[in-house]
Amino acid sequence: MRGDLGMKDETISAGIYFMSGNMACVEGAIAAGCRFFAGYPISPATEIAEHMAARLPKVGGVFIQMEDEIAALSAIIGASYAGLKAMTATSGPGFSLMQESIGLAAMTETPCVIVDVMRGGPSTGQPTFPGQQDVMQAKWGSHGDYEIIALAPSSVQEMFDLTIEAFNLAETYRVPALLMVDGITARMWERVVIPPAEEIKVNSRKKPRVPPDKYMPFLPDEDMVPPMACFGEGYRFHVTGLTHDELGYPRAEDSAVQMRLVKRLCDKIRRNAEKIVRVDEVMLEDAEIIIVAYGIVARAALNAIKRARELGIKAGLLRLITLWPFPEKNVAKATEGSKAVIVPEMNYGQIVREVERAVKTVPVYHFPKLGEEPHMPKEILEAIVRCGSL
Amino acid sequence: MSIAEHPLSKYLRTELMPHIWCSGCGNGIILNAFIRALDDLQIDLNKIVVVSGIGCIGRIAGYLKLDSFHTTHGRPIAVATGIKLANPQLEVVVISGDGDLFAIGGNHFIHAARRNISIKVICANNFNYGMTGGQSGPTTPPKAVTTTTPYGNIEYPFNLVHLASAAGATYVARWTTFHVGRLIASIKKMLLRRGFSFIEVVSQCPEMYGRYNKMRSALEMMEWFKRASVVADFSDPARAEITSDRIVVGEFVDAEKPTYEELLYANIAQTTIKRT
Repeated sequence: MRGDLGMKDETISAGIYFMSGNMACVEGAIAAGCRFFAGYPISPATEIAEHMAARLPKVGGVFIQMEDEIAALSAIIGASYAGLKAMTATSGPGFSLMQESIGLAAMTETPCVIVDVMRGGPSTGQPTFPGQQDVMQAKWGSHGDYEIIALAPSSVQEMFDLTIEAFNLAETYRVPALLMVDGITARMWERVVIPPAEEIKVNSRKKPRVPPDKYMPFLPDEDMVPPMACFGEGYRFHVTGLTHDELGYPRAEDSAVQMRLVKRLCDKIRRNAEKIVRVDEVMLEDAEIIIVAYGIVARAALNAIKRARELGIKAGLLRLITLWPFPEKNVAKATEGSKAVIVPEMNYGQIVREVERAVKTVPVYHFPKLGEEPHMPKEILEAIVRCGSL
Repeated sequence: MSIAEHPLSKYLRTELMPHIWCSGCGNGIILNAFIRALDDLQIDLNKIVVVSGIGCIGRIAGYLKLDSFHTTHGRPIAVATGIKLANPQLEVVVISGDGDLFAIGGNHFIHAARRNISIKVICANNFNYGMTGGQSGPTTPPKAVTTTTPYGNIEYPFNLVHLASAAGATYVARWTTFHVGRLIASIKKMLLRRGFSFIEVVSQCPEMYGRYNKMRSALEMMEWFKRASVVADFSDPARAEITSDRIVVGEFVDAEKPTYEELLYANIAQTTIKRT
């Protein structure tokens, strides 16, 4: 661990600390029960691997630096099936390499957490500059139909809190849970409150309730999620990336099995979307101009709407905490009866498309920004003022 | 009339039979050798995981009545790494093909060998991509005709035992599907030892490879293995060629070295917070 955070050497060291978003992410993961990390160095996410390398052995956990990001996420999937809560962290180029295994994790219903500290792309792009350019890839990057869960922290405190939530969601729904964080939130230092262990809610995967000879590894309960045995527990079951039936057996030639499986992989998230989705609503009650934002950009937007209110413009903020499943009902409801919606994001037009799909009658304005500098409150205020005078 | 159950059928998911492999394929011999090794050693079947990749032999994981993971193409060793490190009590065996382990998965192979992590790898080397219809691969011999080398292969093949030993594997052997007894003995030895271990099994693919290369049947291919094989235990793996006249088989490396998981867990034991 680089630097002394003044933490006690414990699994969960309750207290108030000053640390970076990446460090808070590691502390959140360990608090959630993460005991396996496999990664590959990449800016601006390397700090997570470094901090994990120092912290995990202290809590009996495994850290391994793999040969590439494909191997990193593959190892995470293996570790999860061997019974450990597991995580990897990367940035855009590595996230691209992980898409193959995100599909495997979705298909094999492997609980795992993937942190993408977003920088500027495409390709090698801007390794040390922040971005929000991977938010569509998070949903659509691997081939085939599947669903994942993606969260977008906008503070160092949320790097801690939402990492725990990502593990809880991954374990509850047996799905890859993604933390899509802009490079600023990951690398800035802020105050973090780590609560005592007994105040931290931790979920773990459902275990089989039947003996091995009765166990069907992909037979879902009513919540559409199958209980999960682990290798070495005596269940002797099969896992495959091929289309498979409830026994886990390959049934690639059976269209009915494919239909049943893929629908369930998607519907277990879609039908539980209202339970999964979280947004933050600020001054929306009477708002005429609404900013929809996430990550660090939402912080600038919060400042901008307060200043707009001082100017007598009724502005409000809908901050997306969950990006996927997309909170379309929340967006539709929040923007109903408003005059304009502004979507500032650090890319050239991604989440704005989802907002446009959700908003029915109000004009939606995109405010893209690329490069080193995030949106300044003043810039968002100017956009609000322009919309207010339309 | 009742049919007596085969004594080894307890190792198989018999409900998935018949298997998908072509008649004459060497994969059945490899599967047979593997379960006979398990049976001879009376391995605890609840503590062994078989991981495979994509390709004909990749389906072996599904046929074995064990904890088994049929991964994406090229990734079985990376997935196996996670399994082994998360629960080092498990015996983790990777069974996959030459294309899966040495083309798309080559990076994972050399790094797992370098770490000397206790993953036991069996590679069915049939000189081509059979599942997709017989394309050339990293072990296809020079001049061989495949669907992607219709005018003859112009690439140099990997010598897998040389590659494995150079990368740091602590057990390296090569047999053919003709050497069943020695193959079983080698698998047993591999299962009882620590460290990254590798057995190459030269195997026949009469349907997709042999018949385009003047070996029209499985029998003709196995005649080649019988005629050309030379047992040269602990000879230089760099000189262990596979040609139409000479296939050097045997054990090439059997060395002791601390394993990755031993060193890792020793570190963890030293570092873990001691509670009073």
